[in-house]
Amino acid sequence: MEVELKQIRNTLFVRVQGEMDMVVAEKLRQEIDRKLETKKICNLVINLEKVTFIDSSGLGVIIGRYKKIAGWGGKMFIVGACPAVHKILMFSGINRLVSMYNNEQDIINI
Amino acid sequence: MKNYVRFEFQSLPENVSFARACVGAFAAQIDCTLEEIEEIKLVVSEAVSNCIIHGYENRPHEKVVVVAAIINDQTMEIMVEDFGKGIADIKQAMEPSFSSDTARMGLGFSLMKSFMDEIEVISQPGQGTSVKLKRCFQANTKEALA
Repeated sequence: MEVELKQIRNTLFVRVQGEMDMVVAEKLRQEIDRKLETKKICNLVINLEKVTFIDSSGLGVIIGRYKKIAGWGGKMFIVGACPAVHKILMFSGINRLVSMYNNEQDIINI
Repeated sequence: MKNYVRFEFQSLPENVSFARACVGAFAAQIDCTLEEIEEIKLVVSEAVSNCIIHGYENRPHEKVVVVAAIINDQTMEIMVEDFGKGIADIKQAMEPSFSSDTARMGLGFSLMKSFMDEIEVISQPGQGTSVKLKRCFQANTKEALA
């Protein structure tokens, strides 16, 4: 798995690549939480454009980060989920909590 | 066509992707869509993750997960088994959103039930758990293209 974290003002952009299963989920959780604890971050954007697979472990990381972000009144966005990943996100009901967009530019334009 | 595979591996998170890739490749022998193969990979990922996280409680040493799959024409049966903690209350474990670990979402069995036609869980506390999954695929693409 490759993960790229980039902070723009008070928003953390996380770009994930590969398959989001329990191995990747744990690494991702640690990397995001480390940033959330040390930096002044309000909002979180998780870019799934290059994610080809997600299971309940991957969903768990997303929902867990949502709870943190929502806890301090921030916003969270999911970007670029392919149809296979989007289907699982919809199944979990995350789409009712987190706004989903096609790409990062759509969020910047909000 | 009838075919059968069976393999076992150490209870390590790194082997979850191995297991789903193997069963996914095996499922490609059936006349089914790529989307359906992705669903098979997902349920294998869920079942094997359950063995590692719950059955063996993330203790990988000398712990073994067994995966078997049978193809019988358009039907696929998958068995995922561990010899770990077992489930005391199977009915509760299979309820949507139930998880013995509060940090998890409890979606594993819900996903398995949604993407498979049949699911059977056999478990004995202290002995282990066996999950049997079955799905019948509608023949389509290969015949249509022939």
